[in-house]
Amino acid sequence: MNRFLDFIEGLGAGITGKLDRLGRGAMFFAALLRILLPTFKRFHENIRQVYFAGVRSLAIIVVSGLFVGMVLAIQGYEVLQRFGSAESLGSLVALSLVRELGPVVAALLFAGRAGSAVTAEIGLMAATEQLAAMDLMAVDPMARVVAPRFVAAIISLPILALIFSSAGIIGAYLVGVELIGIDAGAFWSQMQSSVDFKLDILNGLYKAIVFGVAVGLISVYEGYHANPTAEGVSSATTRTVVISSLSVLILDFVMTVLMFRGLN
Amino acid sequence: MTAGSETDLITLRDVRFGYTDRAVLDGLNLTVPRGQILAIMGGSGSGKTSLLSLLSGRNKIWSGSVKVDGLEVGSLNRRALYDLRARMGMLFQFGALFTDLSVFDNIAFPYREKTDLPEPVIRDLVLMKLEAVGLRGAARLMPSQLSGGMARRVALARAIALDPMLMMYDEPFTGLDPISIGIVGQLIQRLNATFGLTSIIVTHDLTETLRIAHRVVIISEGKVYRDLTPADVRESQDPFIRQFADGLPDGPVPFHVAAPPYAEELLSAP
Amino acid sequence: MTRSRTNLAVGFFVALGMAAVVFMALKVGNLASFDNGAGYRLEARFDNIGGLKVRAPVKSAGVVVGRIEAIFLDGETYEGVVQLRIRPEFRFTSDTIAAILTSGLLGEQYLSLEAGGDPRYLIEGDRITKTQSAMVLEKMIGQFLYSKASESSGDRK
Repeated sequence: MNRFLDFIEGLGAGITGKLDRLGRGAMFFAALLRILLPTFKRFHENIRQVYFAGVRSLAIIVVSGLFVGMVLAIQGYEVLQRFGSAESLGSLVALSLVRELGPVVAALLFAGRAGSAVTAEIGLMAATEQLAAMDLMAVDPMARVVAPRFVAAIISLPILALIFSSAGIIGAYLVGVELIGIDAGAFWSQMQSSVDFKLDILNGLYKAIVFGVAVGLISVYEGYHANPTAEGVSSATTRTVVISSLSVLILDFVMTVLMFRGLN
Repeated sequence: MTAGSETDLITLRDVRFGYTDRAVLDGLNLTVPRGQILAIMGGSGSGKTSLLSLLSGRNKIWSGSVKVDGLEVGSLNRRALYDLRARMGMLFQFGALFTDLSVFDNIAFPYREKTDLPEPVIRDLVLMKLEAVGLRGAARLMPSQLSGGMARRVALARAIALDPMLMMYDEPFTGLDPISIGIVGQLIQRLNATFGLTSIIVTHDLTETLRIAHRVVIISEGKVYRDLTPADVRESQDPFIRQFADGLPDGPVPFHVAAPPYAEELLSAP
Repeated sequence: MTRSRTNLAVGFFVALGMAAVVFMALKVGNLASFDNGAGYRLEARFDNIGGLKVRAPVKSAGVVVGRIEAIFLDGETYEGVVQLRIRPEFRFTSDTIAAILTSGLLGEQYLSLEAGGDPRYLIEGDRITKTQSAMVLEKMIGQFLYSKASESSGDRK
């Protein structure tokens, strides 16, 4: 009986802890939004952070995109040719990339590559009193350190998602047309007739923007609230990757339901 | 300057403060006249560093009054507090240099953030400050390439960038070799004299402190325990001061944390 | 990393993103050849629309001339109402026949328009009166079996 009560108590403590975190996260988000507009005045700092978050993630995004597209082409061809519609490969690959894989995989890679780096950087700045020093110089660390990194994530991720999808389509073209020998004209025209700019490409872009907000917020939050120790920073970095990935997948499901529900 | 004496930069009255339920400072009174180098000493957890965070308004007192340059720090709004902080400099324990910026950009940081000076003027100012700490040659290095002593000097140059009226040093000598300690100590003294600052040093290092400070305050149990000149400290027979000065492990500051008798605890069942 | 090199790299990054948008719009999404907003709207009513979907192509002689914009049910007549948008450069006579056809044996369904000889043309908001519903495979098989059955019973007599 006692053990059962302990279990219930643990459950309750766990839930209040989670709710507490969620509440803090929401307040942090609100504080961040309040200083977001003045942040754009620190133009160069934003550019610098876009460089660290976006440009430095370019290689992994392009390479992953190419390979995902190539694999999609091989597997897609395998299935489609059974139904004698191998020339639909272009439309299959483009729709999966533009609607889902582009934004989602780019966001997951971004969380691992840039999000974790942002968490570690801010966490270390807190641990070595750099944030305190800034505060004492009468410079708000939220505005100078946190907000530009958050903005950079929102700017970078949609661009990375578009590049990922483009690289994937090129990869699928290489395998499908150049290697397997599907007619290039059919490949592109099937793609064009099935991919709608507004419905597919723009919705994919909206997803990427939302993921950018989520991953950016989680990365800066975890860094800012990390325990100022080596263990604290490393566990915060892990949390960033785990929570970002889960949030991206859950948000993707919710948005897919909202965006594409009325379609079929 | 709205209130307070013209000669006193800092006035603390009956300050009570703590991070949890336990009061770290409990009824502390202290005044610091302008131009003085004041050393604050005390055991770990005696509230030395808390005192600095109260002066800079990073923490709020429970009761009492903390006045800096006539302003009640706890009741300032954010903007006024930032205005006050712009006139304070602080040297952190390990320098707290911005690791993603070069030495030059670290020192240029306060100018770029707090002034509208054009870049060429900033460049000259930064080189002047670097020259003052003898590190003009290190301007292009990154903080990770500096030794501990050099990092501390760069941080010092950054702290005095905006010509503050008050400098606070949190353990400025910790982790430095004897030569660097001497250099930093001398810099603190020289800056105080040439820029007309008031300096507060929180430290454990008695030797160097006694060389540069005008006055030594020892804090214990949340209050000012002794308020002395360096000469007094050298000659004092007070067991507490001698324990500090001579580095004795046991004395008025006990070696053991308060606990039930040893034998009793070993024999008692958990 | 100097300021100008950072700017250069970020500029390159943003330019690459723009190139991706152009690639998406022109090569993948075919934005250039058809704008959703342009053209005029027509309406057609069917007893059964089969598997026709919103955004399916509208073809005439196999050439895409527009898209399906909306599909809904008329609650009084129980007809499926299909709204389509035709590109402005194509005009259709008022006796045009609209039929729901399937591309290939199992492919997607589309709306076919076959122009007649009437001198008047359909304009914005008009209804295509001559329609031919979708073929439903089950019904066709049912009809086929029924006719076979009646044939064989006729033979016996």
